[in-house]
Amino acid sequence: MEIKGRKFLGYRRENGRVGVRNHVIVMPVDDISNAAAEAVANNIKGTLALPHAYGRLQFGPDLDLHFRTLIGIGCNPNVAAVIVIGIEPGWTNKVVDGIKSTGKPVEGFWIEQNGDHNTICSASKKAREFVQHASELQREECDISELWVSTKCGESDTTSGLASCPTTGNAFDKLYDAGCTLVFGETSELTGGEHLVAERCATPEVREQFQAMFDRYSDMIDRHKTSDLSESQPTKGNIEGGLTTIEEKALGNIQKIGKRCMVDGVLDKAEAPTGSGLWFMDSSSAAAEMVTLCAAAGYVVHYFPTGQGNVIGNPILPVIKVCANPRTMRTMSEHVDVDVTHILRREMDMDQAGDALLEMTLRTANGRHTAAEALGHREFVLTRLYESA
Amino acid sequence: MSIDFVVHDTDDSVGVAVVEGIQAGQELTGWVMQGDQTITFTVNDPIPIGHKLAIRDLAENDTVIKYSVDIGRVIKPIKQGEHLHVHNVKTKRW
Repeated sequence: MEIKGRKFLGYRRENGRVGVRNHVIVMPVDDISNAAAEAVANNIKGTLALPHAYGRLQFGPDLDLHFRTLIGIGCNPNVAAVIVIGIEPGWTNKVVDGIKSTGKPVEGFWIEQNGDHNTICSASKKAREFVQHASELQREECDISELWVSTKCGESDTTSGLASCPTTGNAFDKLYDAGCTLVFGETSELTGGEHLVAERCATPEVREQFQAMFDRYSDMIDRHKTSDLSESQPTKGNIEGGLTTIEEKALGNIQKIGKRCMVDGVLDKAEAPTGSGLWFMDSSSAAAEMVTLCAAAGYVVHYFPTGQGNVIGNPILPVIKVCANPRTMRTMSEHVDVDVTHILRREMDMDQAGDALLEMTLRTANGRHTAAEALGHREFVLTRLYESA
Repeated sequence: MSIDFVVHDTDDSVGVAVVEGIQAGQELTGWVMQGDQTITFTVNDPIPIGHKLAIRDLAENDTVIKYSVDIGRVIKPIKQGEHLHVHNVKTKRW
């Protein structure tokens, strides 16, 4: 299928970026502001609170990542407007100012010297205004090249490497040719196939940066490991699904970057890319962490191949599930958007599977709810780098 | 012809069961994706869906090949048609 030049109906934001959802979010800066944020979301229909576990006593690069993630989520073009609630004004305003750079409506509220009651009251008044503003925004025709697509697989098994990851790879090759902005990551989960990713790097500089990120992550694992990581990586579910070693899992995982597209650059966690092409993000292989980092980097649609049936979603990033395992399709099909079991019966080739995923991408971008959205999966998980101060 | 297991590349030492309920002694049909070939042989163990069977004999310390790449080390000899998994293969990395 020729994807180049295809159009979808998206929301063009104040800074020109295109989103496919129109969320008004209520973002707590820290764990102790979750209750107020959830109260606002309960008061004002059409808002979405994003409670999380962190934001206190973090420091250094770990704190930088915390801010980069919260600000990135607020800046994501799937978000129309943002209410920020923190315990005190300093860090609250830091998040507000970061999001303000996009030009979208954002306002901060803090609890100290106001209490939950007054904070919830004033934040709810502003949230109502934001919802009414967002509800009048219209979708407009956008070019496929304006779509940012991320990928990360989960509860993989051998069918992931045989079919659902190569399906994603086939779609990625086509989106790459169409000028889209793409990302993959899962640093530890390239172990055993890292040389294949290195060979795909577009320049010697990118290759060097990728290798440095991979080596750093591997050193971290070597420092902390007390076993061969069996049941952690590969997970217990991966092993149940037939994956034996990290090498085998990695080689399946890498199928997601297709056969043609080159790795044009590397990103730190939650860092936004500066141009189109395929980017590698140094990131956790845990599904909710990685998908949250992709959302924070500005991606608006996510491809999630699964074998055994990872049920993950994200509050602001639609997660399209692709599955080739007939048992999973028999037992939990309500979680899957694109069924590619036909590949393993030789009833569908990879090109047709890639096209089926691209068609679902356009439908999702146009507004179709993914299985994860319909089922209410909104896993929002922040990555931590080390202990709090 | 219906497919019971799939092999990525012609050089690979393993195939993947893609149907449920494979029993020991069953005659299986495999599809080698690279080159689009079909192979058949008898399986010695029950193989759960998604799990691997050896398509050639492997000795201790042999390297297991899948996707034409090293996926680990044999820790117990494995015969063609036997279940190949964590009980007889280990990572070389961690």
